[in-house]
Amino acid sequence: MLSIKNLQARIGEKEILKGINLEVNAGEVHAIMGPNGSGKSTLASVLAGREDYEVTGGEVEFNGKNILELEPSDRAAEGIFLAFQYPVEIPGVSTINFMKTAVNKIRQYRGQSPLDAVAFLQLMKEKMKLVEIDQSLLSRSLNEGFSGGEKKRNEIFQMAMLEPKLSILDETDSGLDIDALKIVANGVNSLRSKNNATIVVTHYQRLLDYIVPDFVHVLYKGKIVKSGTKELAKELEAKGYDWIKNEVALA
Amino acid sequence: MTTATESILKQILESSTPAYFEAGNEGRKKALAQLSEIGLPTSKSEEYRFTPITKALEKKFTWTSSTPALSTISIDSFLPAIGDTHRIVFLNGRFSKNLSQLEGLEPNVVVSTFDAADSKTKSVIQSLLGTISKTGDAFAAMNSAFYLEGIFIHVPANTQVSKPILVLHLNDAQEKQVIAHTRLLVSIEKGSSLSIIEKSDSLGTEPCFHTFMEEMMVAENATLDYCKIQNDAGAVHQVSNTFIAQADSSRVNTFTLTLNGQIIRNNLNIQINGEQCESHFNGLYLVNGNTLVDNHTVVDHQKPNSFSNEMYKGIMDDQSKGVFNGKIYVRPHAQKTNAFQSNRNILMSENATINTKPQLEIWADDVKCSHGCTTGQLDEEALFYLQARGIPHASAKAMLLYAFALDVLSVVKNENLKAYLDQLISERLHKNF
Ligand SMILES: Nc1ncnc2c1ncn2[C@@H]1O[C@H](COP(=O)(O)OP(=O)(O)OP(=O)(O)O)[C@@H](O)[C@H]1O
Ligand SMILES: [Mg+2]
Repeated sequence: MLSIKNLQARIGEKEILKGINLEVNAGEVHAIMGPNGSGKSTLASVLAGREDYEVTGGEVEFNGKNILELEPSDRAAEGIFLAFQYPVEIPGVSTINFMKTAVNKIRQYRGQSPLDAVAFLQLMKEKMKLVEIDQSLLSRSLNEGFSGGEKKRNEIFQMAMLEPKLSILDETDSGLDIDALKIVANGVNSLRSKNNATIVVTHYQRLLDYIVPDFVHVLYKGKIVKSGTKELAKELEAKGYDWIKNEVALA
Repeated sequence: MTTATESILKQILESSTPAYFEAGNEGRKKALAQLSEIGLPTSKSEEYRFTPITKALEKKFTWTSSTPALSTISIDSFLPAIGDTHRIVFLNGRFSKNLSQLEGLEPNVVVSTFDAADSKTKSVIQSLLGTISKTGDAFAAMNSAFYLEGIFIHVPANTQVSKPILVLHLNDAQEKQVIAHTRLLVSIEKGSSLSIIEKSDSLGTEPCFHTFMEEMMVAENATLDYCKIQNDAGAVHQVSNTFIAQADSSRVNTFTLTLNGQIIRNNLNIQINGEQCESHFNGLYLVNGNTLVDNHTVVDHQKPNSFSNEMYKGIMDDQSKGVFNGKIYVRPHAQKTNAFQSNRNILMSENATINTKPQLEIWADDVKCSHGCTTGQLDEEALFYLQARGIPHASAKAMLLYAFALDVLSVVKNENLKAYLDQLISERLHKNF
C-alpha cells in the first residue's frame, strides 16, 4: 500500500529525513518510535504533504501512485489521514461544518455524490458513538479551548468520518487518560480491516498494548535504524534508547 | 494649498448653480466659505495622510461640466435581495420620485425631499440641519455647500417602522464622469425605531465622485440600525460623513461593508449625548486590486454610563490599501463609560497594506476602555490542517477567511439583510481571494 524508498527531506538548511525506507501493506499496523527530535512528525507531515518540508530525494508510492506530486487535499482524498501531534485551533470553524465540507470534497474526488444533510448527520452520529465524543464539542470552534484529550479524541473522530486507507497517528496517545486511551484505541481497532493500514507514532508501550503492532521501527536521526516485532517496543520500554544509539555509533 | 487644488476649488465654485447661493441659503454660503478656508486635504493633512483623494480629484475629474440629471434607469439589478423594504432612490445625486417606493409607511412618518417638504416640516429641517455635524472635514463642507437634494426622514414618537428603508444611489458613468453630493437627515423620536440600508452603485467605468452626508438623531429610548453597502466595482471615489447623535437609553447599530471602489473614505462620528446608551458599530472591508478603503471613526462619550463597542475587520489582497483610525473620547463627566474597540486585519499579499491607529482620549477616571489592533497573515498551520482533511487549498482559504470575518455580522439584526450580507461576503471570499 505504502512504499517509501530512500526518502530525504529538509526544512530550510536543516536535513531532517536522511533516507527513510518503509513498506506498509494493507491490513498491517506499524509503530514508529524513537527519541525526541528524530524526525517522526516530519515523516508524518511529509506524507501528508506539508509544504514547509522540501523533499530532496527518494520516492513515496501510495497504492501505486507517486503521492509526492499531489496536493495535501488530494492525498487525503486518496486515503491518507494524519492525526496531528498538535491539532491546531481554528476559531470560527466548527468540526461539524468543516467535516461536512471535507467529507463531500473527498466524495467528489472519488466521483461519489455528496451526502445530504440527513445522511451526513447519520454518519456523524454513528462515528460520535464510536469515539464517545459529545456533539457539543463538535459544534464548537475547532479545538479552541479543548482539553488535550478532547483534541486527540476529535482527531480520531475525524479519522472515523473520513474512513482512510492509511491512518498516521502522531502521538495520539499523549495527553490521554487511561479511559480515553482505551476509547481511542477501540476506535482505531474497530476501524481496522484487511484493506487499511495504520502507522502509530508513539513513545509508550501502553498504547501498543491496545493497538497491537505487526512491526515496530526505531527512527533515529532521520533514519530507521532498527525494525522488529512488538517485542522490540517492550525492549525499548525496558532499556531506553542508549543501546540503539550505541549500535548506530558503532556501525 | 497646491495650485491644482486651488484651481479645482475655483472651478467648483464657478461651475456651481448660482441658485444655490441665493438669499435664504445662508447655510450653503457658510459651508462654501468654510470649504475655501479649509481647502482640500493634501498628503500633509493628518486626517488624509494615507488617502490621496484630492490627487484623484485633480487627476481624474473635470470640474467645468455639470452632471446631467437622469430621468430613469433600470434599477432591478442593483436592488439587494433583502425582502420587502421602503425605498428611496437617487440617480446621479438627484432624488427619483418614480423609482422610490414610500407607500405604506407607518402613520405620520415623513419621508420627503427638503424642497418638497411643507412649510412646517421645512422649519423642522432648518432647525435640525447642521446641528450635529460640526467637523473640520473639507468634504462635509463641500457636501453642505453643494448637495443637490436632501431627504428628511422623520419618525414620530413611539413608532416602530417595520420595514427597513433602502436608500439606493445609482450613478450613470457610462459616457461621462459623475459628481454627486447627497444628503440624509434622519430624526427618530422617543421610543421609536428605524432601520436604514444605504447602498451605492454605478454604471459604466467613467470616474464617479460622490460625497455623502448623513445626520441621524436618535432620541431617548429609540433605536437606529444603519447598514452601508459599498460594493460598486466602478471607478468610484466617495467620501461619507455620517453623524449620529444619541440621547438617553438609545441604541445604535451600524455596519459598514466595503467590497469595491477606488477610494472609499468613511467618516463615522457617533456622539453619545445621553446616559445608558448602547452603540455597536462594526465594519468589514474585503478588498483587492487597487482599492483603498479608509474608515475613520469617532465615538464621543459625553455622558456617563454608556456602552460602545466597535469591531472592524479587514482582508486585503493585491495592492489594496486599508486605513483604520478609531478615536474614542471619554469626556470628564462620562464616568462609568464602557468603550471597546478592535481592528483586525489579514494581509493576503506582500503588496497590500494597512495603516491602523487607535486613538483614545480619556478624561474621566472611572471607565473601562480597551482597544486592540492586529495585522497578520492567513494561518498556514490551520490551512494545512484543513487541506489534510481533504479540503482543497482555495476552499480551505475561503473557509478560514470567512471564519475570521463573520463575527462582525453579529451587529446586523435583520435576518434577510444578514443572509444577503453573508452571501456577499462568502461569494467575495470564494471567488476573489
Ligand atoms: N519548522 C521547523 N524548523 C526548524 N526545525 C524543525 C522544524 N520542524 C522540525 N524541525 C526539527 O526537525 C527535527 C525533527 O522534528 P520532529 O518534530 O520530526 O521530531 P519528532 O521525532 O516528531 O520528535 P517528538 O518525539 O519530540 O515529537 C527536530 O530537531 C526539530 O527541531
Ligand atoms: Mg513528533
